Amino acid sequence: MSHQTDRPPAAGISRAEVAHLARLARLAVTEAELDTFAGQLDVILQAVARVGEVAAGDIPPTSHAVPLTNVLREDEPIQCLPRDEALAGAPDTVEGRFRVPRILSDEEDPG
Amino acid sequence: MAERAEPTELTRMTATGIAGLVAAGEVSAVEVARAHLDRIAATDQRVHAFLQVDTEGATAAAAAVDAARAAGAPLSPLAGVPVAVKDVFATRGLPTTCGSKILEGWRPPYDATTVARLRAAGLVVLGKTNMDEFAMGSSTEYSAYGPTRNPWDLARIPGGSGGGSSASLAAFQAPLAIGSDTGGSIRQPGAVTGTVGVKPTYGGTSRYGLVAFSSSLDTPGPCARTVADAAALHAVIAGHDPGDSTSIPQPVPDVVAAAARGATGDLAGVRLGLVRELAGEGAEPGVMAAFREAVDALTKLGAEVVEVSCPHFGYALPAYYLIAPSECSSNLARFDGVRYGLRTGDDGTRALEEVMSLTREAGFGPEVKRRIMLGTYALSSGYYDAYYGQAQKVRTLIARDFTAAFAQADALISPTTPFVAFRFGERTADPYQMYLADLYTIPANLAGTPAISVPCGLSGGMPVGLQVMAPAMADDRMYRVAAALESVLPAPAPPQL
Repeated sequence: MSHQTDRPPAAGISRAEVAHLARLARLAVTEAELDTFAGQLDVILQAVARVGEVAAGDIPPTSHAVPLTNVLREDEPIQCLPRDEALAGAPDTVEGRFRVPRILSDEEDPG
Repeated sequence: MAERAEPTELTRMTATGIAGLVAAGEVSAVEVARAHLDRIAATDQRVHAFLQVDTEGATAAAAAVDAARAAGAPLSPLAGVPVAVKDVFATRGLPTTCGSKILEGWRPPYDATTVARLRAAGLVVLGKTNMDEFAMGSSTEYSAYGPTRNPWDLARIPGGSGGGSSASLAAFQAPLAIGSDTGGSIRQPGAVTGTVGVKPTYGGTSRYGLVAFSSSLDTPGPCARTVADAAALHAVIAGHDPGDSTSIPQPVPDVVAAAARGATGDLAGVRLGLVRELAGEGAEPGVMAAFREAVDALTKLGAEVVEVSCPHFGYALPAYYLIAPSECSSNLARFDGVRYGLRTGDDGTRALEEVMSLTREAGFGPEVKRRIMLGTYALSSGYYDAYYGQAQKVRTLIARDFTAAFAQADALISPTTPFVAFRFGERTADPYQMYLADLYTIPANLAGTPAISVPCGLSGGMPVGLQVMAPAMADDRMYRVAAALESVLPAPAPPQL
């Protein structure tokens, strides 16, 4: 994917770019999906790129409609979820913990 | 031909009507629950509004209401009334899938605040309703468990994402339902099923336990067959919740009183703004005709209707389809096959990242994948300013448009949707065609303001909805206007199933 800054968002999206996005998003998409998604994302991106038509240079961005900041609750101990219940929905557990597949792949594994 | 299933008297009733009978001891909550469970059993093979029916839990909850009444305990205004809950809300011990294979069989260890408040008020949860996967869609065609059918015409969509909740009302399977509205997911299904759907003020209802799609937009809200019933349910679920840091710490506007006031049919002194940008563009002629008739009716009730302009509303849809996918790409990162849900490909030889990618590939459907990738793109370095950053600025301009319009009018009106319920498959080939269903509902989500959809007649035999929009924390205003319209334009009765 190219990374020029502030490029006007009018250009389409290539199949290779979609493959890159899928990797970033941890989606093992198939070759057939790449073809479909590339075409569809291209249509959607061209439609949403219309936001670029709005002259909004000095307009502050809105991330959230409710202007609340630093919301804290009272520092009072409350009952938390029992460990067994927290683990009950996990695909795999070991010794009262979530079990994850190994972190390093073969090439990275120092042995 | 399937046998016709006539709704019984109990399933035809309003929620407040049922609550009155239960409180007076004229019918037990268990009988009410059974009537609705029977109706679901008789009709849901055709409608498919429910993903999960909790016969046991509903019966027990109803029995608890009956026992409380027998013991002389005071009952909440909706005690004993059945309610259907969209499958995006966590329900303790009851499967919660969000319409996705990635959460198939997951039983949450806790209740969402909305669900906890329903239970505390003695409402009887019938089960979980179908939806587009993770609330992304306008037809339920993106549910991993198959679509819901519109009770008005089983060949057509019930709207989405909360099509199951609205269809359950139109099919007389439930008198009340709960939905979540991120870009129109309560109002659009309400409009196309001839029922009432409400998106409260953002922060007016709690997101705790609502599985997150787009956190700055997601809003739980009530669905009902009448405005008064929606108001009664609104009063149960709304109000500050310390479990949601975006929950507004202010009293809930008295929506029940406002609906009652509106039902008298008097709108003298109320000024309504007809939003120029939300009337005409992309709308079917039949929808506009029904809308104009409703505007005439509102005028006859004493309302003054003025035209207002919201010049940036034309950019709401593009801004939404950058903001919502961006937040979704971040929120749905939690589905990694570690703490809950599906895990695929963990055969001992694969590393975490590969298992994660295989799990998400197998567990997510096409629309969710599209939005995750779209959001990933919009947030990536080099594109961020032009897409996500620009969309956030447009969001500011849309909120300012609302502020300016509310200086000229007490509430704003528009059709809820540009077109009536479409046929299955009509809009799935080109995803952007599906997005257009939300053309008129999205601005209120971006601004965080409340809006209601109320039935306003038919077009080609299918229901049309009128949308009333109000300023933030003035939800009562829209209930008054909607109830007034309903008093002279009652919702048409859906055909027999």
